[in-house]
Amino acid sequence: MPSLKDLKNRITSVKNTRKITKAMQMVAAAKLRRAQEAAEAARPYADRMNAVIAGLAASVGGSNGAPRLLAGTGADKVHLLKVHLLVVMTSERGLCGGFNTTIVRLVRAKANELLAAGKTVKILTVGKKGREQLRRDFGDHFVGHVDMAEVKRVGYANAQDIAREIFARFEAGEFDVATIFFNRFQSVISQIPTAQQIIPAQPVETSEVSALYDYEPSEEAILADLLPRGVATQIFTALLENGASEQGARMSAMDNATRNAGDMINKLTIQYNRSRQAAITKELIEIISGAEAL
Amino acid sequence: MANTLQFDLVSPERKLASVQATEVQIPGAEGDMTAMAGHVATITTLRPGILKAIGPQGTQAFAVTGGFAEIGASSVTVLAERAIPVDDLSGTVLDDLVKEARELLAIAPEDQKAHAEMVLSDVLALRSHAKH
Repeated sequence: MPSLKDLKNRITSVKNTRKITKAMQMVAAAKLRRAQEAAEAARPYADRMNAVIAGLAASVGGSNGAPRLLAGTGADKVHLLKVHLLVVMTSERGLCGGFNTTIVRLVRAKANELLAAGKTVKILTVGKKGREQLRRDFGDHFVGHVDMAEVKRVGYANAQDIAREIFARFEAGEFDVATIFFNRFQSVISQIPTAQQIIPAQPVETSEVSALYDYEPSEEAILADLLPRGVATQIFTALLENGASEQGARMSAMDNATRNAGDMINKLTIQYNRSRQAAITKELIEIISGAEAL
Repeated sequence: MANTLQFDLVSPERKLASVQATEVQIPGAEGDMTAMAGHVATITTLRPGILKAIGPQGTQAFAVTGGFAEIGASSVTVLAERAIPVDDLSGTVLDDLVKEARELLAIAPEDQKAHAEMVLSDVLALRSHAKH
């Protein structure tokens, strides 16, 4: 049975915790709004970009001159040993519920599946939380890490840096297929871990007729110019979705924590009052029985 | 008769302009072009240069670094990797652009050297143009 003083201290400490989680929840809510706006603002660009690439890919894709970013390295046709690069996007900070765990679980499943199929897996991590969680099982597969701790606001430049790093590895022939892993923002309570293949590009199916356009310079040249931009755009979209998801996940996690802290305070207060009452009753009994003995 | 076209300028981060324009001057990869209403549908890539939209509400000019433009009979959509309103162009912004182009040239693989050099010369031209 803890003493009254212990209980009191405990209550004060849980109250402080509740204040902190409440504050974190509100900060996350504010950041979430900003992240959502950023994701919203980026949508027109990404949509147009994807539509144009899809149109071009549909008309150029079949020919032999298709860029390698679209056609792939051809490794799957020559031999089955493909090298997969998994780009894992997670957060830099914790306390955001299952946000990082869900991504890591998806990556782990995918990596095991690829390894079982006899393929080589390489992992590039963005954000340190995923790196920490994956280190134990897949530490040998790490090929690089992009640190986002210094980035206050995700900009297109960050996406370009990541894209450049990936292209450099692609040019060097380090991998054949690249997939990015991130959480797609659905709502504050639901984020969907997503795997998206970026190299070779998988243009969305389009019904739009693109042959109506004049291309300057040639279609192939434009496609070769646009594909890297398309990849950078996809990475940028993923970063933004991930940012919004992180804040959403943190918001609901902190909301839960605040509520749990409230419950705990109620429970402790009841316990505190009970033991206070018990002490008073005990003293009264002692006084009365003392008086009777006289 | 509709003699204006809808001009949209979007960068990855946000929409920069959406206005009616009578003509849009585009720094295309193969040379500058001016798009007016009724232009044949064209897609062109951009080189670093000045993009200008002239319309009833006045002229808007942006420095763009790359991307592409989609021209239709009644609309022009420019997707620029980076676009800076000309009024915001200062020496430091341009110097940064030049520096960046130089760095890209330094790390460019052999087969892309020529392209990177072209970008650098375009950026240099842009800077000298803006200084006057």
